[in-house]
Amino acid sequence: MGNERVKSSRRKFLKSAATASVAIVGYTWLKSSQFLIHAAEPEDKNLPWYGIVIDIEKCIGCGMCAKACKNENDVPAEPFFFRTWVEQYTVKNDGSVEIISPNGGIDGFKQTVPDEDIFKSYFVPKMCNHCAKSPCDQVCPVGATYTSPEGVVLIDEKYCIGCRYCVQACPYGCRFIHPEKKVANKCTLCYHRIKKGLAPACMENCPTGSRMYGNLRDSNSEIVKFLKEHTTQVLRPNLNTGSKLYYNALSSEVR
Amino acid sequence: MKFYIPPQLTRLALAFAIFITLFIVLRNLLVPDTFGQYGHYRGDSLIDNQQPEIHYSGQEACLDCHQEIEDMKQTDVHNTIRCEVCHGPGEKHVSSGDAADISKPDSREFCGVCHEKNAARRQSTIVQIRLSEHNTGKKCIECHNPHQPWEMKE
Repeated sequence: MGNERVKSSRRKFLKSAATASVAIVGYTWLKSSQFLIHAAEPEDKNLPWYGIVIDIEKCIGCGMCAKACKNENDVPAEPFFFRTWVEQYTVKNDGSVEIISPNGGIDGFKQTVPDEDIFKSYFVPKMCNHCAKSPCDQVCPVGATYTSPEGVVLIDEKYCIGCRYCVQACPYGCRFIHPEKKVANKCTLCYHRIKKGLAPACMENCPTGSRMYGNLRDSNSEIVKFLKEHTTQVLRPNLNTGSKLYYNALSSEVR
Repeated sequence: MKFYIPPQLTRLALAFAIFITLFIVLRNLLVPDTFGQYGHYRGDSLIDNQQPEIHYSGQEACLDCHQEIEDMKQTDVHNTIRCEVCHGPGEKHVSSGDAADISKPDSREFCGVCHEKNAARRQSTIVQIRLSEHNTGKKCIECHNPHQPWEMKE
């Protein structure tokens, strides 16, 4: 009697377990046959491949770009969190270089070195370089940061685990950990705007037009024309990051 | 001749089969659907990144109502400066039409952000003054119309 009951319940269990496993395997099989993931070829030649130009000669250091970026992208207002910011480099007569960036340049610059000591001085706006071979993208352990088919380096906020590898990997210091979301945050080249045909907020709000973005694949675009006509340089070319942010009139002091 | 399979091998094979099946099932359940669609990332994240709200509506939206100010601006040196550079994000004002939803900065400091004398600014590109010397105590807009800075008011 007891034996019989054990046998019948075991049979029942085996039956239901078999049904369940067949159902689960069937479900996953139907869901996709891609149980090994093949990453698709990311480059679609029909899509634009975005690059950026910053003309240092035109920049007047008003910080409107940094302010507009904070407004547009709800970047935390307290200092040290910037997707774009402006630095002032002052080369003194004795050869030393002073670099300042009070609140990213948002409140304007007060000249810190007296006129007679200055050999030359200029502003350098900084932002994500949207590298083609981005170091930040390569170190992400979970695939939460990536280069979009348009060449924009983006973050998947839902997938990021906040491990900070990318923050220390970026040689340009363009990433930070969002103090509330606790995930990495950076310039998206205003992906939500450029996809709707609007210029990124920093470029929309540059009074002198020193910033420009455009399609590097289109040989007739403004940006390609600019690159042809000017001597431009990227930051830290020795690191071979494939930076797509080109500076016009970049001095060697800029780090 | 009967092929002999030892029972421990059968059990091992069964264990392997269960492990592999379990791995495939778990992997399929845990990896998001669109992962790998375009590259080593979640394809839907491209859509997520297009979701944030737009705060700066762009010059064209301003011109729908304020063409006369743009015409005035075109006659003077501030012609290349877009409205929202000074007036701030305008999307709220565009949708509500309420004057309270747009900023009209009038402080000396605000003008000084661009026009304060600084060695890094080129004299040929932008007119610069020292806020501490130039008509102190007066607001810039008492003499200069920001849309037409060289049409002096007095």
